[in-house]
Amino acid sequence: MSIKFKPPMGKFSRLSGKCISLVGDDIDTDRIIPARFLKCIDFDSLGKYVFDDDRKTLKGNHPFDLESNKRSSILIVNSNFGCGSSREHAPQALMRWGIKAIIGESFADIFYSNCIAIGIPCFTLPKESIKKIQKHLDIKNLFLEIDLFNSIAIAKDLKLNLEIKETTKKMFLSGEWDATSKLLENENLIEEKLNDLPYIRFNNNSF
Amino acid sequence: MSQDTLFDKVWDLHKVANLPGGSDQIFIGLHLIHEVTSPQAFGALKDKSLKVKYPQRTVATVDHIVPTDNQSRPFKDNLAEQMINTLEKNCIEHKIKFFNIGSGNQGIVHVVAPELGLTQPGMTIACGDSHTSTHGAFGSIAFGIGTSQVRDVLASQTIAMNKLKVRQIWCENKLSNGIYAKDLVLHIINQLGVKAGVGYAYEFAGPAISALSMEERMTICNMSIEGGARCGYINPDEKTFSYMKDKLCSPQNENWEKAVKWWKSLESSDNCIYDDVFKLDASKVEPTVTWGITPGQSIGINQKIPSLNDINPNDQFIAGEAYEYMGFKPGQSIKNTPIDVCFIGSCTNGRISDLRVAAEVLEHHKVAKNIKAFVVPGSEKVAKEAKEEGLDKIFIKAGFQWREPGCSMCLAMNSDKLIGNQVSASSSNRNFKGRQGSPSGRTLLMSPAMVAAASITGKVSDVRDFINK
Repeated sequence: MSIKFKPPMGKFSRLSGKCISLVGDDIDTDRIIPARFLKCIDFDSLGKYVFDDDRKTLKGNHPFDLESNKRSSILIVNSNFGCGSSREHAPQALMRWGIKAIIGESFADIFYSNCIAIGIPCFTLPKESIKKIQKHLDIKNLFLEIDLFNSIAIAKDLKLNLEIKETTKKMFLSGEWDATSKLLENENLIEEKLNDLPYIRFNNNSF
Repeated sequence: MSQDTLFDKVWDLHKVANLPGGSDQIFIGLHLIHEVTSPQAFGALKDKSLKVKYPQRTVATVDHIVPTDNQSRPFKDNLAEQMINTLEKNCIEHKIKFFNIGSGNQGIVHVVAPELGLTQPGMTIACGDSHTSTHGAFGSIAFGIGTSQVRDVLASQTIAMNKLKVRQIWCENKLSNGIYAKDLVLHIINQLGVKAGVGYAYEFAGPAISALSMEERMTICNMSIEGGARCGYINPDEKTFSYMKDKLCSPQNENWEKAVKWWKSLESSDNCIYDDVFKLDASKVEPTVTWGITPGQSIGINQKIPSLNDINPNDQFIAGEAYEYMGFKPGQSIKNTPIDVCFIGSCTNGRISDLRVAAEVLEHHKVAKNIKAFVVPGSEKVAKEAKEEGLDKIFIKAGFQWREPGCSMCLAMNSDKLIGNQVSASSSNRNFKGRQGSPSGRTLLMSPAMVAAASITGKVSDVRDFINK
């Protein structure tokens, strides 16, 4: 945590790193970052509190505390990861701990879009493949090289065909995941839309 | 792919452009903000030297962090004070309407917007809160967004999003006496599972839904997200229009007729196409209580906690975790489970009709010994109405604490928290591990009437034993 956090920027097509496995279905965003840490006006200090309750319960045996998982950056999860609250604090905390990409069986909708919006690509794999990777990680480390363009992840003797939504993939390859400027390019169309909506006309006397 | 449903109509109407990556740029008709998920968004605007594009299309209130006992400023909790202060400053700087404490209109954002008539059929509504799905009860397309998307809405009034699929959930027949909207939605989530809604908008329909009041419909749509659906909605009807008539921000005079005519045209067409349809019999729903750590882990009051063999293989891992965390055994009854804390409130069940039904159960009864029971009205308006009806007195006389409006122990960002492994009977929406403020606290979700019944006996009870005998 001594290195200053630098958020991802621009286009990216490749990333690589050590994997960390977190076993469990329906892991909600309250578990990823408990609500008491939402009392902040920036995201800067969230990294150290990721999974705070779970980590305290496991007294040092949580994957995010294990020495062998230090400097990991690719998180391997099971199904419906990130369900519940829309708090972007959850992926922000993961990112500030060091996570750069997530591979899982499935993701909750809002969590998924939050990850994309801050530059964490999320990939899916079938249940069995995830289990296999997690079993492997129980025994030894795994370094993956992810090629976003071809949607593959390669390790020493392993090649995984990752699934990623076509729109998400394009967003990362083009750098468009950082959406604001792209949205603002259509300023005229936005104005037209505003003038076009029936309720804008009959609601003109709000407060 | 769905066609001609209300969702399709409203989505298409708000589509600004196809983005090069393949997602849609969607105009947001109403943007609601609160103190927790907006400060970083305003910060990002500043970093990018951007302005709020249409300040009149964003409305703010404060709900998550507010204390419910002593609301005088500055708040005792410095961090909470800093958050409300930041919101106040941002709203002034960007000319955003802010319903602050004492305005008469402060409260939980999903209670306040419908009360004010801000929530209307046919709108797209976004808020940095997953329970934004609540507003779908009016036939709007409403969903939660993260802080980066809050930034995008502030900057452009639009977001990039992929269109959702549409699943109709058809609820046949009617709920029986003593069974409420909360029981129905818990039952739906149990039947479909907590991940079935991923990628979907849920359209709730059928006789059992039509029979619900607007506030009950909000309870249903509110918990769409607990079934994985970011958005849930109900086609607007006469009940919708009569609820909205003469609200502060509802269309007035000749605009009212125009609005109603337009709203009627939005209804899912007779020959519309859904991506999926799920049917259930609402008359079979029982008072429903959660026993686990996801809102899908629920049973009827007279059922036993299921054993692993009775659970879908995909849900067995989390069920195992739930037995351990909750300290419950498979085969155990949920009825008569001792509780420590009773909480009535939240964006799911903190409205006036929720307080009325709980008060009706409580009248002439006392809260059991050693139970902490408190009621947190969803908004200042709800609190005022309740006091005018004398509900506060009924609660207090029974032994409940009467608090000020806010989100309170639904997520425990203020000082209302469980302690240790206390068990709460809660009218809120999430029973996740640690959700109510203690890392080992245990939450049993149920209807407000069921919470009231539990407070009297000190254990999980069937509310039907207390009403209309």
